[in-house]
Parts: sequence; C-alpha cells; structure tokens
Amino acid sequence: MKVLVAIKRVVDYNVRVQVKPDGSGVAIDGVKMSVNPFCEIAVEEAMRLKEAGKATEVVVVTIGVEKAQDQLRSALAMGADRAIHVTTDAQMQPLGVARVLQKLVDEEQPGLVLMGKQAIDDDCSQTGQMLAAILGWPQATFAGKLEIDGDKATVAREVDAGLETLNVDLPAVVTTDLRLNEPRYIKIPDIMKAKKKPLDKRPLDELGVDLGPQLTTTKVAPPAQRQPGKKVADVAELVSELKERGLV
Amino acid sequence: MPVYRAPVRDHVFVINELIQFEKYAEALGYEDGDADTIAAVFEEAGRLADEVFFPINQSGDEEGCKLDNHVVTVPTGFAEAYKTYCEGGWAGLTADPNYGGQGMPQVLGVMVEEMFTAANHSLFLYMHLTHSAAHAMHGWASQELKDTYLEKLVSGEWTGTMNLTEPHAGTDLGMIRTKAEPNGDGTYSIEGTKIFITAGEHEMAENIVHLVLAKLPGAPEGTKGISLFVVPKFLPTEAGEPGERNQVFCQSIEHKMGIKGSATCVLNYDGAKGWLIGSENNGLRAMFTMMNSARLAVGLEGSGKAEIAYQNGVAYATDRIQGRAATGPVNSNKPADPIIVHADVRRMLMTQRAFSEGARALAGEIALNLDITFKSQDAEAKQVADDFVQLMTPVAKAFFTDEGFNAANATVQIFGGHGYIGEHGVEQYVRDCRISQLYEGTNGIQSMDLAGRKLSINGGRAVKTYLATADALLALHGEDAEMADFVKPMLPALESLKQATQWIMDNRAANPQNTGAAAVDYCRLFGIVALGLQWVKMARVCIDTLAAGTDEADFYQNKLVVARYYMARSLAEHSGLLERIETGADPIMALAAEAF
Ligand SMILES: Cc1cc2nc3c(=O)[nH]c(=O)nc-3n(C[C@H](O)[C@H](O)[C@H](O)COP(=O)(O)OP(=O)(O)OC[C@H]3O[C@@H](n4cnc5c(N)ncnc54)[C@H](O)[C@@H]3O)c2cc1C
Repeated sequence: MKVLVAIKRVVDYNVRVQVKPDGSGVAIDGVKMSVNPFCEIAVEEAMRLKEAGKATEVVVVTIGVEKAQDQLRSALAMGADRAIHVTTDAQMQPLGVARVLQKLVDEEQPGLVLMGKQAIDDDCSQTGQMLAAILGWPQATFAGKLEIDGDKATVAREVDAGLETLNVDLPAVVTTDLRLNEPRYIKIPDIMKAKKKPLDKRPLDELGVDLGPQLTTTKVAPPAQRQPGKKVADVAELVSELKERGLV
Repeated sequence: MPVYRAPVRDHVFVINELIQFEKYAEALGYEDGDADTIAAVFEEAGRLADEVFFPINQSGDEEGCKLDNHVVTVPTGFAEAYKTYCEGGWAGLTADPNYGGQGMPQVLGVMVEEMFTAANHSLFLYMHLTHSAAHAMHGWASQELKDTYLEKLVSGEWTGTMNLTEPHAGTDLGMIRTKAEPNGDGTYSIEGTKIFITAGEHEMAENIVHLVLAKLPGAPEGTKGISLFVVPKFLPTEAGEPGERNQVFCQSIEHKMGIKGSATCVLNYDGAKGWLIGSENNGLRAMFTMMNSARLAVGLEGSGKAEIAYQNGVAYATDRIQGRAATGPVNSNKPADPIIVHADVRRMLMTQRAFSEGARALAGEIALNLDITFKSQDAEAKQVADDFVQLMTPVAKAFFTDEGFNAANATVQIFGGHGYIGEHGVEQYVRDCRISQLYEGTNGIQSMDLAGRKLSINGGRAVKTYLATADALLALHGEDAEMADFVKPMLPALESLKQATQWIMDNRAANPQNTGAAAVDYCRLFGIVALGLQWVKMARVCIDTLAAGTDEADFYQNKLVVARYYMARSLAEHSGLLERIETGADPIMALAAEAF
C-alpha cells in the first residue's frame, strides 16, 4: 500500500508572530519556518506503517513556495521515499489544497492519505475533511491511534467526550492528532540520503486544477490590549462604578 | 523556568554567510559541505539541544551523580539522552568514515558543540571526552588498537576518558607517579591513582575506554618520561565485545561547585591491563594532539554559557517590572516598566550578546582552519591554518570561558536576588561555567602558553601573520565610508595588540617573570581584538546583504547595532590592558614572598 502524506510549511511554533501594521496579515518575513507539527506526526505515522510492513511506499507532498522544499527534505530525512512539490507563491486555502491533493491522489492512487488535523498557522482543520468529501472516501479525523488490517483501518479518534473508535474501509483520509506518536529525531546519515531522494517539482498552474471559490481576508488585528484594573474601597463604590459605566 | 533555544539562525549565518564554507568544501573533499546540508544539520542539532539536552539540565544539577560500591548513577534522563544522541550519529559527526564516522567538516562538529554544551554542560561532557579519546587514538594508536576501539568510540557504544591528573600533579604533569610495568606479552600492568577524571565511571555505555598517562620503569624524569596507555574498564574479547572486568575502579566521586551531573572520579588502577599508544615516553605529544580540539571545546563551554545566560537575561528583563524608564513610563497600564528599559540592564544584555555572537564567529573561523589543517592539499595553506589554530586555541579557551563566566554572572545580576535562588536556574550557569576556566589547563596556563610559547615558536611567525592579516583587513575596508564605524575604532585597538606583542617579545629576556606577569592581560587583549575583527567582517556581510535586499532585514540591521556596541564599549578595554601589560613584573613581584 502506498501512503500519501500532505505536509504544510508554517511559522515555527516557537515564534511569536506580529500582526503587520497595515492589518493585511501577520509578518512572516525572515521568521523561522518548520513543518506543521501535526503534519510531522503524519509523516512519522507513515514511517511506522512502512517499518511495520503495512506500507510499501511513502510519498510526501506539499503545496507552496520554493523554500517549502526544506520541509520536504526534512520529511525525506525522516524516511519518506519521495516528494512532490506543487510550487506556487499563492496563498492556499483548504478547498484549493484539497482539490490539488485530489488531483495527486488520482495520479498516485494511494491506499491511505495521512495529514495533520490542522495547521498551526490558520487553524482551519478543514482540508482533510474536504479532500475525503470530494474523493468520496471515508474519513477518520483527529486520530490518536491508527491500526491497519488488510483493507480496513481502525482509528481511535480524540473527541470531546473521550475516544471514539471507527472502522473505515481503505482507501481513506486520516488526519492526525497530537498524541498519535512522537516524531523521531533525524539521524545525520538520513539528512545526506534525503538529498538524493527524488523531489518532483510541479508548478501549480500546470496542474490544471480549479482552486474553487476563495475567501478574502479583510483585516487581521491582534487581540485588544487588556485595560488596567481599578481597586475599589467597598461594595458601594463598586456598584456606583458599574452604574457609571452602564454595566448594571 | 529557565529557557534555551539553540541559536540556529546565527550558526547558519557564521558558516554559510560569514565564512561561506561552501566555497571551501569541494577543495577540502567534503561532499556534504553545501549550505543546505549545513543548515539542515544545525537545525537538527538545535532540536536535539532544545528538546533532549536542555530539559534535563536543571534537574541533572539538582540530582547530581551517586556512587554506590564502585557504581556511578548519573542523573535521571541522561542515559536516554545519551542514547538518542548516539543513534542520531552525532558521536561520530566528524569522525573517519572508515570507523563508522560521518566524515563531516569541523565547521559543523565544532559549532554544534556550542549548542549541546550550552543546553547541558554536564551531559555533553560524557560525549566530549569520548570524542577526545577517539581523536587521540585515531592519531596515535596502532592499527590493531584502532580496530578494537575506534568503531565503538565513534558510535558512542563505548565512552572515553582522559587520565592526566594525580593528587600531586595537575598543571605539572612531569610529576605523575602512575606506573606501567611491561607484562612481557606486549601489554602493561598499570598501577596508581588518578583524580578528577570526568566520566570516569557510569553505566550509560557498555564499556569505558580510559586513556592514561603513566611512567615506564627507568623512564626519563619529567615530561619526557611519560607514556600513554589505553586501559578499558572491560577487556575486549576476541569478538571485540566487553569481557573480563579490568582492575580499574572508581573509589569516590567529588562533591563540587558545579557540573554536578558529570561524574568526577577518583580512579584506582590496581594492576589494570593496558596497551601502549604511540611510542614509549611520547605520551604527552599524543595527548596534546587531542588537547587542541578539547581546549576549543572547553572554550565553547564559555561562549555557549554566554548564549544561554543572555537568553535567560532577556526573558527575565522583558518580564520583570520594576521602576520606570528614565525617559518616562513605557508601560503606562502597568505599575512599572520591564527592567529592560534601564540602561544598566541593557548594558549587561548587550555585553553578553556582543560577546556571544563575536565568539561564535571566531569559533567558526578556528573550525574552518582546522578543516584546512586536516584536509587541504596545499602545504602552505595548511601551515598558515595550523599556525592560526595554534595561536587562537588558548585565546578561545581562556577568553571565551572568562567572558562566559562574566556573562553568566551578569544574568544573576539581571535577575537581582532571584538570580541567587536555585529554582530560577541561572546561578547554575555561574557554577557550571567556573570549571571551564580551570580544567584542560587553567586560564593562567593558557595565557602563558599564548604569551610564551606561541609568540616565540618559529620566530613568532603565527602572530606576525595574524597581525599582518588584520592590517590588511582593516586597510581593505578602510576606504569604504559605510565601514568607517567599524574600522576606525579597530585601528587603535589593533595598535595596542601590536605594541603589547612587541613589548612581550622585547622584555621577556630582561626579566623571566615578565611574560607571566603580562600573560592574562595579553590573552584578554588578544581576545578583545580578535572578536573586534570578527565584528568588522560581520558588519561587511550585513551591509552587503542589506544592500542586495533581504527579507530578513531586521536580523542584519540588529547585528550592525550590536557591532557598533562592540566597537563603542567592549573594545574600549584595549588601552587599559596595554597600559597594565607594559608595567611588567616589577609591581607584581615587588612584595617579598614572606610579606604575604
Ligand atoms: C571537575 C573537574 C574535572 C576534571 N576533569 C579532568 C579529567 O577528565 N582528566 C584529567 O586528567 N584532569 C581533569 N581535571 C583536572 C584539571 O585539569 C586540573 O585541576 C587542572 O589542570 C589544574 O591542576 P591542579 O588542580 O592540580 O592545579 P595546580 O596545577 O596546582 O594549579 C594551581 C594554580 O597554580 C597555577 N599554576 C600552576 N603551575 C603554574 C605555572 N607553571 N605557572 C604559573 N601558574 C601556575 C595554576 O594556574 C592555578 O592557578 C578536572 C578537574 C576538575 C575540578
């Protein structure tokens, strides 16, 4: 079984981002970028499936700027067999990504698509669900545990009430949650090996994918600063303060 | 809670942008010396430092090592971290591929050490000593010994130690008493006591390989009569696996000021079986092969400590609110401003940062010259590089660790009384850094090595070349108005270094104490000027990169601001140091010994 893993280049989780003064977005110039942590978990899970003999090939894919190649190399160093880089400078949105992935799924015919449950930059948590829908495949999101048995997958999902266990037929889309696994540390020889693994560049506009309706960002603003508090002497003063402000 | 993030971006800056190692890689035969690979390795090393080394730094200090019936237990988590490090191939990063090493350049090997030791000084010592032992064996041991030990050391399956010190012989190794009697079968029987042996005993690895200095029967007096032996904790079997227990046991471990997670052992050799490394009575030479790299590694303990101290200083200074900025409140919705608004706090942070980044750049240049020394085909280039390494190693060891200690101390100051309290974790850096000024040759001895041996060897060729190169660098950029802020202040500082060098050369004959009297100040002066020259080069790169356009303008602009700070303040010491050097030994030696 071939596993396709979709990963995203995002601002590193340690960076405290700043909103651009013109409100058009957050400033990411020169900021440290990394593989989205949930996507890294997806790559790790794919590697474990391969090591357990359940997967035969692991293909990683990303859609994004030229530099996103660094994140693909990092996934290749974790052990993925080859990479596809759909290159574009455009800001991608979940539906567009799902449609591009649909096209690649058609070409690659994987038995399983693994992806992070959400990206830590926009926190959309939509792409996996959309991809399953347009492929007409089963989906199991927020996986905390994944077992493959022949053409079926058992997935323990992390939901508000606890764990929900699903059985899905393969091929399917599975999105990964934080506790699924702990991604490995990359070994130095694997960094060298990764340089020699195939990395296929596919310009987005040559794929002929209609990205669908796009959302427009009208404004990005930081949360309002907290105002300083005030100490009141007694209940009477508190009540009059509240009245003054029209709060009671 | 203390913080640490390996400064990966700055490492990439030094190796890929400042030194541009890629330009040298091919000629030096490094296939994997391209900028992308270097960045990827730094990235991964940083991750290991942040996520594996650092989280057990403070707990390791609190827990310390324990000894029970010759068995040492290291702090919780150390064994697992050691395993992760070895599995990643880090133990053999720069080692010979013939013995399972990765064969990567020194510019990687040296620079990642800063991250590891900053994140956890004690833990990294176990790795560092192993690396040193492998290095010494690679240079001097017979093929048979190499075949037995090197692969195990390079993989980290076995760890190494260096056994020089004895109770009555520290600096003065000529006085050691440990004996080696030939057994008649090519092996030796080792008898004696070694003290202060780092990583001398633990159970993180299946075997420990002790490299031991000892005297053969009838050996010449002093340092000319010392030989080097390999003495394993378990004697290797035919198959090369740990076999019978050798007669070397840890008798006690020291209770000490810092690096509490590192086992500092008294080792008793009671007829332990050993094998000679290199030729008889040539042990110190073999030991000195690895001493250069070990000294540089100790230097990085200092610069690494400055980095972690700086990061914690910044974190606290932006969080702690006390008092108001002299220019008026900046935080009017809070009762006070963060202490980073105060000039005196800024002064400490800027001093730390200007040193730490400057030292990183100098370490990069030393590492590059190590690569050239090891790999260049060009005999002249090799000699120039080796001269540079020899000259700068004592500077890196002594100046970096002195300044690292000062930086750690400054962070305690930034924290105020809270810095003195254990739970904040910053007093640990002061205690840990203190050892770096002592071991691997005290900083006094390093300075004397610089002012004495290194200035006189080959007629002072190394220092003359260094000063001429510095002149050329300043002349090259002196024409450029944009560089004036950096070149101008450097001119008198370089002049002070030249004058001090000349003074020592001219006055060492007149009074044999003059060199020793001047040494520590001279080494500091050398360090201050050497970092200044690095800041000149860094300023050049920043100006050029900004002119060419970059999406990281802040990074380069901020570096220029720090460069200006260095020129304005850190450099200023040069004239005082020169003045002191030129007073010679007389004021120091005037008081009669009995009058103390
Ligand atoms: C925690 C720790 C770990 C260590 N790890 C190891 C290890 O793994 N292996 C090992 O072999 N050793 C190790 N050492 C020993 C260390 O290298 C020595 O302590 C150091 O070299 C100094 O020797 P000493 O303590 O005997 O001091 P001394 O040699 O007695 O020096 C005392 C003072 O006199 C000065 N001095 C001595 N001689 C001269 C001179 N000729 N001119 C001017 N000044 C002089 C020194 O600079 C110093 O200030 C370790 C020590 C410690 C504390």
